Amino acid sequence: MTVTEERVRRPQPGATDPRSPDDHGALRRAVGRNLTAYGFLCAALICFALFSWYPMIREIVLSFQQNNFVDPGEWVGFDNFRTVIADPAFRAAWLNTAAFSGLALVIGYAVPFVLAVVLNELKHAKAYLRFVVYLPVMLPPAVAVLLFKWFYDPGAGLFNQALDAAHLPPLSWLDSTSTALVSLVIVSTWMNLGTGTLIYLAALQSIPGDLYESAELDGAGLFKRVWHVTIPQTKLILLVMLLLQVVATMQVFIEPYLLTGGGPENATVTVAYLMYQYAFNFGDFGGGSALGLMLMIVLLVFSTIYLRVSREEAER
Amino acid sequence: MRTLVSPLALRTPRGRIIYWTILMFTVVGFTGAFVFPFYWMVSGALKSPDELAQIPPSFFPKSVDFSVYKEAWDQLQLGVFLKNTAVYAGGAWLFTLAVDVSAAYALSKLRPVLGKLVLGAMLATLMIPPMVLLLPTYLVAKDLPILHLDLLNTPWAIWLPAAANGFFVFLLKRFFDSIPKELLEAAEIDGASPLRILWSIVLPVSRPIIGVVSILSVVTVWKDFVWPLLVLPETDKMSISVGIASLSAQMPQNVLIASLVIASLPTILVFFVFQRSIMAGLTAGSLKG
Repeated sequence: MTVTEERVRRPQPGATDPRSPDDHGALRRAVGRNLTAYGFLCAALICFALFSWYPMIREIVLSFQQNNFVDPGEWVGFDNFRTVIADPAFRAAWLNTAAFSGLALVIGYAVPFVLAVVLNELKHAKAYLRFVVYLPVMLPPAVAVLLFKWFYDPGAGLFNQALDAAHLPPLSWLDSTSTALVSLVIVSTWMNLGTGTLIYLAALQSIPGDLYESAELDGAGLFKRVWHVTIPQTKLILLVMLLLQVVATMQVFIEPYLLTGGGPENATVTVAYLMYQYAFNFGDFGGGSALGLMLMIVLLVFSTIYLRVSREEAER
Repeated sequence: MRTLVSPLALRTPRGRIIYWTILMFTVVGFTGAFVFPFYWMVSGALKSPDELAQIPPSFFPKSVDFSVYKEAWDQLQLGVFLKNTAVYAGGAWLFTLAVDVSAAYALSKLRPVLGKLVLGAMLATLMIPPMVLLLPTYLVAKDLPILHLDLLNTPWAIWLPAAANGFFVFLLKRFFDSIPKELLEAAEIDGASPLRILWSIVLPVSRPIIGVVSILSVVTVWKDFVWPLLVLPETDKMSISVGIASLSAQMPQNVLIASLVIASLPTILVFFVFQRSIMAGLTAGSLKG
């Protein structure tokens, strides 16, 4: 790159010949430039190497080793995977993680889009509504989760009080196997809804108005216009957000960690939480890493699709 | 600009009634869903434990006594937690800027050999969420390769990983790419060193993107839970989220709620002040690829 730039500045026939005296200077400058560049890069290279690149390799190594971190690790083949898969919590964790992501999609995916469509039509209270919908996103997640833990209190919690006021029977929320996971999804949706809403809103604002105009002239009603204009125009961002949400919700940890501890009866144990438990409660980093590696592979599939889709988006 | 509903339809009496009904429902609904929980939290903290357990609950606290906030502050050592979190977030911010700005500058303007490969490797980290690498990353912090330093319970355990952020490098590099070459070449001919060019030409024109990255990096570290939970296990070193979560079980309900209020104030205030940059960062984030 550098050499070409030099050439542009001082066009000289035969400048590519490394033996020509003038090009020694160019070469020296190129080397100097590269040294400076790597000087600027070295801090980032160290940080990425230590905390991103090396851990990827280490995860694979750990998951095939038995390790006490005093002696060198012992290679055990697929033993860690076998141990983890034989654990009754393994099946529960994957099913719960899938259910959590699925429920989060059912409850939380369409809602921000609908909210954005409505917000985009409103001419009043715009700033207020936008501010308010993003407020929960700004809360530290631990605070939001602990707040909902209190709301879910079976006795005097806000939700059961509200049900009571509406003359409905109380629910046991986090304490029952049938409602615990849904309760987790509700917290997670509440605190993340604002992001999607505002991103969709930005996408909606870039739809050219004459598309709606001509659709209306063709006699398309409100829902037809949503179906034939709004959704096709935001199709890619909808797909991107879908993938991002799946990747985000598959990693769910803080909700089960703070609200249920994986219970009742493994009803809310998730893959990330089980991974944490293996490492820090059972002291088995091999098993934990095996779980982490499996989750990584699953998420990589979604990330790869995401990358394809967002490239397409960028090329438009 | 024309949107889904035509301005003509809005001007008819029927259109107006529908519009105002939807507006009202939206405002009431949003207030109920997103503001009421905050009211319930702030007012709940002012209630005594007895009043909190009362069924049906009181909408307004019986007496307004702010001493519970002081109690929360002292009992949960919130001052210490907040100071710790400020140190972690502030340091992470400085590190992130110093490390990622210089990396992006090198990749965008100095264009070294293998620069594309380095950028690719940095962007590839975005494909793998940090959660799945939690255990090996924790082991690195516990026993740094080669140097064998234990970073646990030190701010370095937060600062260094925070700087390894591919998304920030990407955002900064994309912005630097748009700075006209002529601007830098003029300075280069005048004999300015690359550092000088970065400091007095690139940085001043990059203020908007640096603002976005700054806020994103501070807020991310401030909100983080899992990583500080693992690498800062000592009570005196905990961040605010982890501190409150780990002490929550032993606290009376009203004290815990008061501490939640205090813990949510800093980020909410940041949002009030930097709303614009935060929302700009959001849409920048939606086009990661």
